[in-house]
Amino acid sequence: MSLYQDVIIAGFGGQGVMLIGNLLAYAGMEAGLEVTYIPVYGPEMRGGTANCTVVISSEDIGSPIIQRPKSLIAMNQPSMDKFQPRMQDGGIQIINSSLVDPALADPRVITYSVPANEIADGIGNTRMANMVALGAYVQATGAVPLDVVKKSLTSVISSHYSHLIPKNADALQAGADHVAAQMR
Amino acid sequence: MSDNKRIFIKGNEAIARGALAAGLTCYFGYPITPQNDIPEFLSAELPAVGGEFVQAESEVASANMLLGAAAGGARAMTTSSSPGISLMQEAISYMAGSDLPAVIVNISRGGPGLGDIGSSQGDYFQSTRGGGHGDYRTMVLAPGTCQEGYDMMIQAFDMAFKYRNPVLVLGDAIVGQMKEPVTPWVPESISNYGVEDWCLSGAVGREKRLLKSLFLEEGALAGQNIHLQEKYTAMQAEARADVYACDDAELVVVAYGSIGRIVKSSVRKLRSEGHKVGLVRPLTLYPFPATVLEDLAKAGKRFLTIEHNCGQMVEDVRLSIRKYADSDFHGHMPGELPGSDDFVQPILARLGR
Amino acid sequence: MSAEQIAFKAPEIMIDRATHYCPGCHHGIAHRLVGEVLTEMGLVDDTLCVGSIGCSVFIYNYLNVDAVEAPHGRAPAVATGLKRSRKDKFVFTYQGDGDLASIGMAEIVHAANRGERISVVFVNNTVYGMTGGQMAPTTLIGQKTTTCPAGRCLDREGAPIRMSEIIGGLGGTAYCERASLDSVKNIRRAKKAIRKAFEVQQQGIGFGFVELLSGCPTNWRMDAVAANKRITEEMIPYFPLGVYKDVTAEGGCACTEHGTDSKEDK
Repeated sequence: MSLYQDVIIAGFGGQGVMLIGNLLAYAGMEAGLEVTYIPVYGPEMRGGTANCTVVISSEDIGSPIIQRPKSLIAMNQPSMDKFQPRMQDGGIQIINSSLVDPALADPRVITYSVPANEIADGIGNTRMANMVALGAYVQATGAVPLDVVKKSLTSVISSHYSHLIPKNADALQAGADHVAAQMR
Repeated sequence: MSDNKRIFIKGNEAIARGALAAGLTCYFGYPITPQNDIPEFLSAELPAVGGEFVQAESEVASANMLLGAAAGGARAMTTSSSPGISLMQEAISYMAGSDLPAVIVNISRGGPGLGDIGSSQGDYFQSTRGGGHGDYRTMVLAPGTCQEGYDMMIQAFDMAFKYRNPVLVLGDAIVGQMKEPVTPWVPESISNYGVEDWCLSGAVGREKRLLKSLFLEEGALAGQNIHLQEKYTAMQAEARADVYACDDAELVVVAYGSIGRIVKSSVRKLRSEGHKVGLVRPLTLYPFPATVLEDLAKAGKRFLTIEHNCGQMVEDVRLSIRKYADSDFHGHMPGELPGSDDFVQPILARLGR
Repeated sequence: MSAEQIAFKAPEIMIDRATHYCPGCHHGIAHRLVGEVLTEMGLVDDTLCVGSIGCSVFIYNYLNVDAVEAPHGRAPAVATGLKRSRKDKFVFTYQGDGDLASIGMAEIVHAANRGERISVVFVNNTVYGMTGGQMAPTTLIGQKTTTCPAGRCLDREGAPIRMSEIIGGLGGTAYCERASLDSVKNIRRAKKAIRKAFEVQQQGIGFGFVELLSGCPTNWRMDAVAANKRITEEMIPYFPLGVYKDVTAEGGCACTEHGTDSKEDK
């Protein structure tokens, strides 16, 4: 069966959107699929907006750049404002409801509200909100198995932060659980 | 190809790793976006295998260091991006005129002038028409994927030594900055095509050697130009293109590099809707795969050339098919990141005619 | 039968042919000194020469060594690449003042500063010789050339550049001396300077540089004797002869903090 998924992941610089983009694409590769990951930076090195696009497919990938994505992870309000209108009808978006107003969700698309910052706080580190959001995305789309994403953490997180890997895996799980509860 | 495990890397890193697999021994470069991953990677990895890494004072110097290392017979390269490549043209002309093998990577960006750091195909003319002064050509390879970036570095070094000529690998910000799985491999054997018979190694027990592009004696420069033209004629056998869904196509789209793969998404979408459209993605820009296109033109296809510039490769497409057909052109402006949606309507518009 | 004896022979490295240089030009002397030093140091088979652009572009016609031709001003960069690819060979450039001190200023300064294990012979005759005597970066104040017909003016064209002072001040330079070819005494001293600039490369301790003040009677519009006199009376006072850097005298190496040394510590 042919599989195809694409997602734009967007947020503030520093929210770790590039890291979860890398992690998702890496997990796709580990799952035996074709993947592309392409980052788009603002001109500033710190504190600007950032987004990346990941494509996961069972056949060779044409465009790595997606104008009308099937899915979106919006880590902050400007990201939702910018990318939600571009989404395909019936697409899936994960919004970080800690920073994004769920009332602005377009009924054209399926929206999962995930208070990623609060959930990450509960695990002990707000900075893992990105992992919560990715866990939610994986649960909502089934793009790649969650356990492959968890196993890929060791390959994507630099060895300097390897002690944080178990907590990151917890954050992925918590995001997935949050969406699973909404899906029921 | 060996069955090595896939690694997930940027196109720039794939190019650097491909060069190492091709037996790179000397690298010279100067920082410029969006190719900096290449010198950053090689500054650690090349000395680790006994090679020489030099951050030069300018692209002018990098290209001339490349000339020197090539004269010494080394498998050497430099990498840069559009404005830096412009600065290198003098040395590239000298290398072509002196029959020196070298690899130059251009992870091109938008121009003219300082332009931007986004992707663009504005350097097609500069790449395929020589780029500097005089009547010469460099071979030009155009990767569209990270794997092709890796593979084409191995091919580039082989071609450079086979023809004793500079070879350009023309990527862009998309190919350089994108990450994809790459299967690394190492060629079973590397041929230097008798480099020891012509390189500078000290005139021990033999006549001295002279590598130069100055020919003042009567008839000498004409002779060198005839020699170069014969070399370029021989190179035509290396032309390659990726041909997709052209057999029953009414319209053939021609696009190269990153744009070629993006257009492939558009072609797939249109195919799924029943439109008879195909794609030719040139893998070598010089020599240009003219025969592939001419054969398709002979078979009655119509043509649309799509580029991330204001119309450059379209001239080669038209030259290739001139006896049988013409090509329309759609240009995506440098400065605007292209995606597959951008090309669906332009293709549909030509299909409808 | 009277036997003819040649009492003054050129070293074998010199190709036996008439040069294309003008009468009174000092390139012939400089070439000969280079050839003698290479011969005396036993480097003939191991030498790779990087030619430059200017009158001396044809140095490869006179020295029987492997050679490559560099674009204008780029000889130090070409030599950098050549030396890096052939570390066991002796690599030198031979450049004039337009080539080295004008268009090639960046390349010479950075090659010296990196401490490239190459040697540079710099022939300073204060004009662009080959192109017809235009103003060079080393043209003296008041000196008339085809592009400063009223004489070089400090206000308009700036002061002549003193290269040995610049190169001697750079970290990677192991040896730097300015010599002159205007008299037998100075020619003898110049040969010793060339030898020192070559030896530091062979010792692997850094960049070697020798500047040779030379005459260009044709473009100076004077005869050879007057040209020598001009070097003595006008050039030497502005371009003082002497050693500008010699790390061997300081008992050191130009590159003690070079990465190649520190790498072993890792």
